[in-house]
Formats: sequence, C-alpha cells, structure tokens
Amino acid sequence: MNEKYLYSLIAVIALFLVAYAGVEAAGLQWLFGIIIPYLAIITFIVGFVVRVKDWACSPVPFAIPTTCGQQESLPWIKPSKIDNPFSTGGVIIRMALEILLFRSLFRNTTCKINEGPRISYVWEKWLWLFSLAFHYSFLVVVVRHLRFFLEHVPVCFQILDKIDGFLQIGLPGVMLSGVVLLAAAIFLLLRRILISQVRYFSLAADFFPLFLIIGIAVSGIMMRYFTKVDIVGVKELTMGIVTFRPHIPDGIGAIFYVHVFFVSVLLAYFPFSKLMHLGGVFLSPTRNLRCNTRAHRHINPWNPKVKVHTYAEYEDDFREKMIGAGLPVEKEL
Amino acid sequence: MYDKNKIVTGLVIFVAIVTFPFWYNLGKASSVPEPKLSEKAKAAKECVVPKVDMKQEHMQILDLWRDTVVRDANRVYKTGKGKTFNMSLSTGEESCMGCHEDKAEFCDKCHNYASVDPYCWDCHIAPKEKKPEENK
Repeated sequence: MNEKYLYSLIAVIALFLVAYAGVEAAGLQWLFGIIIPYLAIITFIVGFVVRVKDWACSPVPFAIPTTCGQQESLPWIKPSKIDNPFSTGGVIIRMALEILLFRSLFRNTTCKINEGPRISYVWEKWLWLFSLAFHYSFLVVVVRHLRFFLEHVPVCFQILDKIDGFLQIGLPGVMLSGVVLLAAAIFLLLRRILISQVRYFSLAADFFPLFLIIGIAVSGIMMRYFTKVDIVGVKELTMGIVTFRPHIPDGIGAIFYVHVFFVSVLLAYFPFSKLMHLGGVFLSPTRNLRCNTRAHRHINPWNPKVKVHTYAEYEDDFREKMIGAGLPVEKEL
Repeated sequence: MYDKNKIVTGLVIFVAIVTFPFWYNLGKASSVPEPKLSEKAKAAKECVVPKVDMKQEHMQILDLWRDTVVRDANRVYKTGKGKTFNMSLSTGEESCMGCHEDKAEFCDKCHNYASVDPYCWDCHIAPKEKKPEENK
C-alpha cells in the first residue's frame, strides 16, 4: 500500500464520518447545511481572486512561449500560425483550443524501450480522452445543479437536463454526465495507482481531490437513484442559501449533508491546491504569449532603471572641444 | 500588477459566473410549494405507502408498477396493511389520479419547483383532459 493515497482516502472517509455523525448523532444540520457552505463559498471566491492577483503580480522576465511549429520569419518560410502564434488572434485560437480541447494533452506520448535497446514513443490518447470526459461531465453536472439554486429554472437548463437524460433509463432517469464523471474520475485514479511511474510522482495532494470528487459523485448518485432524499426540501434549503434567508427544512437525510460537506471542502480547498489550474490555464506564459521574439524585444519588467549616457548626449556635452581638437562630430555646431 | 485590465476583467467575469445564483434570485421571494390534496385524498387519509416514502420514492413505485402491469399482467397492489389498490396511474377510481384528481395542484407544483419534467404524460392523459370524453 502506498501511504500517499492511503492518507488521502482516510482523509475523505474521515470527512464523511464527520458530516454523517455531525448530522445523525449531534444534529448539527445548521452547521453542515448553512455555515460551512457559506464559509466555503467565501473562501473559494476570495482565495481564487487573491491567488490570481498574486500570479498577476509576478513578472514574466522572459518570453517563454512553447513553440510547436515554425515561427514567423522570412516571407518564403511558411509559419505555423496556431502552434507558433505570431499575432494576438493566433494566441486566442491557441488558448481556446488549449482550454476547450486540451490540445497539449492530445500530444501526449508514452515512452517504451524495445529490444536493442531502442527507444520509441507511442501514441497515448487515453489520458486526453478521459480528462476531456471528466472535465465536461463535471461541467454539465455543475450546470445541472443550478436547478436547485434558481427559482423558475431557465429553459436552457431544462433542455440540458433533457439531453443529459435522453436515454430514459429507469426512474429517476439516468443522467449520463453523472455516470461519465464517476467513470472518468475512477480512470484518473486508477492511472495514478496502477502505472508505477505515475504512482511514483503522485502526491497525497493528487489523490485527495480525486477521492473527494469520487465521494461527491458517489454520494450524489446514491441520493438520486438509491437512498433518496426529499428533493423539495433540498431545494428549500439551497434556495435559502442563495436568497440569504437560510433555514433547515425537516426530513432531509444525512447523505445530503455529506454531499454538501464534500462539495464545501472541495470549494474551500480549491484555491490552495492544484485545482487552481482552472484559473492558471489562462495565465500560463508558455501558452499565452506571442511567439514574436525575433520581431519584438520582450522587456523584463523587473529590469532596474539604468542611467545611461548616450553618444548623442556625450557629443552635446563636448562638441566645441571636439571640434577644437579636430575630432569628427555627427552634428556640427 | 501586470496586464491589470485583462486580469481584472477576467476576475470580474469569474465572480459574476460563480455568484450567478445569488444575483439571479435577487428580489424574488422563494415560495415552497405545498401540493394540495383533493377532498377524496384527504378522506382516504393514507396512500399506498407512508407519505415520507411516497415523497421520495413515488417515481420508482410508478416505474415498478408499470413493469408489473405490462410484463406480468398483475394489476393488484397490496399495501403492508393488507389494503389493495389498482396499479394504474390514471385509469379508474382506484388509480393514482383517481384519488389525486388535480394534476396541476398535486403533481406539477413540486415538479415545476424542482424543475422535473417526468414523461408520464407523454402517453397518459391527464384527468382533466379526460372529462369531456366521459360525458359523451
């Protein structure tokens, strides 16, 4: 057993027990249903903004965009406009492809040593595929949950529900995004546990969010399909939170508070963890800078102000003496 | 701070998206729906299972009933107390809608509140629409 994922697993189980016992035994519904969610939302927003602000205060001393193609140079050499963007438009396309389709992950290869020994790099798309599935299904799940936070749910969210549940399996209908989210999160977890090289560089901070998200997905799926909760009561609580009139309706099962506690922990943990790649992807200088280093000089913003004395100023100071000594000058008297 | 305009714009968009439910609901009073029981349901006092379970599990009961009726041709449901019901959503006095007569007041109130759109009425006809035919 690897202590790194064991600790993370134990932490998530402990969180479950804290919420379950807190609600079932101690009756702390108001703590897990109102106070902790509010604190988590505040921590999430303030922490996120502060973290991004800190990043924005760090200067980029060098132009360090990764170049994945030919740079714009002489007119007869064909440049790669997206992989080596020369203009702002190219950067926007590159960033959009990176953020929406994880293009750099698509280039993922795996290294193998064959007989010889000869090294070869092999096509490896599974990580890209499951990451994409994971992120998009998580997005759909989050957007679907807005039905608990909006009174008169706008039509677009209702349509999303319809599309997500179009298979109409069972009642309540199976939502594809929930199943895909859980499957993809388990894939990402197994990858870290089963592949020895990946396990070697995985830390507890890599496993903890995965276990936590699996916990959120499992508790959500349990509530929707198996143990059941009173949905109208749940919406009463969530609407209370977003309208600042919090109150705890009776008869909501402990599993709901476990789910909310997991989500609150995720939100509060977010700004302090690797999950900040949500904001960080926009701010990575290896992606968001233009590759125009030959055409424009990138000036290090922390360069100290150097006092210079140019030749023109030197000549201004000594012109008469220079002419008197017979030295050539650029500007005559 | 470097690129101040871009960073601030991005953060404002982020905060606006995250707090969307808070400002969307501003000034709207949230009313919790209370489904209205018909006189008949009030008189009967008890449903096929206790109210708490009915609130959470009625969709699964209906799904199970549909399969039992269609696949096994079994139309009789026996409650724990030995009372029998006709397993049907909308046909006859003994059915669900036979007792809970008003779909808008009973079903739709909570379904609309929780943004649930069950496909019952894709096939079944709501009781209100049924009445003119009965009068013929």
